[in-house]
Amino acid sequence: MRATQLDTAATLRDGLNERALVTDRRREQMLLFGLCTPAVLLILIIIFVPIGWLSWLSLFDDAGRLGWDNYARLVEQPSYIKTFKTTFQVSLVVTIVDVLLGYPLAYMLSQMPRRAAGICMIFVILPFWTSVLVRTYAWLVILQRTGLVNEWLTGLGLVAEPVQLVHSFLGVVIGMSHVLLPFLVLPLYASMRAIDRDLLRAAMNLGASPTAAFWRVFFPLSLPGLAAGVVLIFVLCLGFFVTPTLMGGGRVIMWAMRMESTVSLYANWGAASALGVVLLVVTMGCLWIFSRLFGAENLVAKGLR
Amino acid sequence: MIGEPELPIPHSRRLWLYGIGALVLAFLMAPSLIIVPMSFSDSAFLQFPPPAWSLRWYHAYFGSVEWRDATMVSLKAALLTTLLATPLGTAAAYSLHAGQFRFVGAIQALLAIPLIVPVILIGIGAFFLYARLGINNTITGLVLAHTVLAVPLVAIPVLSGLKTYDMNQELVARSLGASRLRAFLAITLPQIRFSIVSGALFAFITSFDEAVVSFFISGGETATLTRRMFSALRDQIDPTIAAISTCLIILSAVLITLPQVLGRRRAR
Repeated sequence: MRATQLDTAATLRDGLNERALVTDRRREQMLLFGLCTPAVLLILIIIFVPIGWLSWLSLFDDAGRLGWDNYARLVEQPSYIKTFKTTFQVSLVVTIVDVLLGYPLAYMLSQMPRRAAGICMIFVILPFWTSVLVRTYAWLVILQRTGLVNEWLTGLGLVAEPVQLVHSFLGVVIGMSHVLLPFLVLPLYASMRAIDRDLLRAAMNLGASPTAAFWRVFFPLSLPGLAAGVVLIFVLCLGFFVTPTLMGGGRVIMWAMRMESTVSLYANWGAASALGVVLLVVTMGCLWIFSRLFGAENLVAKGLR
Repeated sequence: MIGEPELPIPHSRRLWLYGIGALVLAFLMAPSLIIVPMSFSDSAFLQFPPPAWSLRWYHAYFGSVEWRDATMVSLKAALLTTLLATPLGTAAAYSLHAGQFRFVGAIQALLAIPLIVPVILIGIGAFFLYARLGINNTITGLVLAHTVLAVPLVAIPVLSGLKTYDMNQELVARSLGASRLRAFLAITLPQIRFSIVSGALFAFITSFDEAVVSFFISGGETATLTRRMFSALRDQIDPTIAAISTCLIILSAVLITLPQVLGRRRAR
């Protein structure tokens, strides 16, 4: 029940009635609270309990002694350091590629009439809701040794030999950029649509060239939307599993793949948990920095639609 | 109604922008556009354009017991997830919208957690927990984990649907003697049903397309379609998967455009 209605109802100032109203209100709030408990409990049990349990396990070394061994290993063993380096490299390159591709697209869509933009938006939303596995498979087919791209490249005489596109850094970057691009375009488009065009018109009336109006007025106003997309993509990259596993073909090892192999090949829960805890902390850290800089308003909701 | 005024920049000066935009859109659509014709190829090598057309790979898909079983598992899990996540997400959204108890903010943040925590961690965590509960490789376990992923995707559209709805209507119904449940079912529900339907569709697609959590907690008899595709792709590029992918692309396209089509008909 809304506060305003309660207030008007409570102006009766009848002592007895007031108490009844308070009880009634409390019961009502209990009921409403009860409505969200099933969802909350399920999230607590399926996500919080195991992650808490695993974090606890990460504090014990292989011999079962309490200590930081599992974390020390992450900064000491060269193979882990290499995994982190690869992960950050891929994430950075994918983020940059997606900004370069996504910004012009979102800008174009934001300048089009709403109807036309809505139709073009289908081409962004459709891949967004297509299984990651399907899209990665498509790129495997397109980029493979005998695939479409290599056929064109050799056919046009640009390269003598087919280029190694799949099972390489480049393949991982292409696949992941494609999968994550909508996460940038959707929030960016929404924030660009919200920019008042009269501001640009005013700038131009006052003598700014279209280019100057764009860089001095439009671009700064689009930064919060851009930042939301960038942070989403970067964070999703860090924990990405399907695409790097298939496109990397074992040559590009990223963080999530390391976690998987630590569990399924070595059954080393302590080490895998330490990796998971650090991944979670880094992810939360990125999101926290974002919310400090730009406000937390609906980062998730913005990214969703 | 006057449309948005155009900026005083001629279209000809913006051709480069339209060019780049079109190229990026092509990049986004290319994989789907290439996989669909390839799935009708006659060849065992994935050539484009296909040398001859056939339904060979669709026969391979529907003729294989393993693929068929995996499809059934995925459909069953997605359906059950939808049936579970839709009421849970709707109830949570309603409670957050109407509630004024102390933890509204905290619970709202908690509901977003499944979207924020890296999926790989949710997968490994669920696998770890399920090993102790003995529900790895069961539909129950699969549905519970997928429901957790889907609840925020139901709650978000329902919450935004509720924001455009005037809750006083429900109060009127109640003051006229309807119970709270009756008021919700008769007055509120019909008006937010499009938000709920799109939330339910998101839940279905999320479960059906989910690959990472399923990778850890499904296997054997209850391997999902994505689980089987993932293992198959680790070995070789099987053209049967082009046929499966085409089916998945069409399913996603239909489910995503459905609310738009329904919404437009309502708007008329």
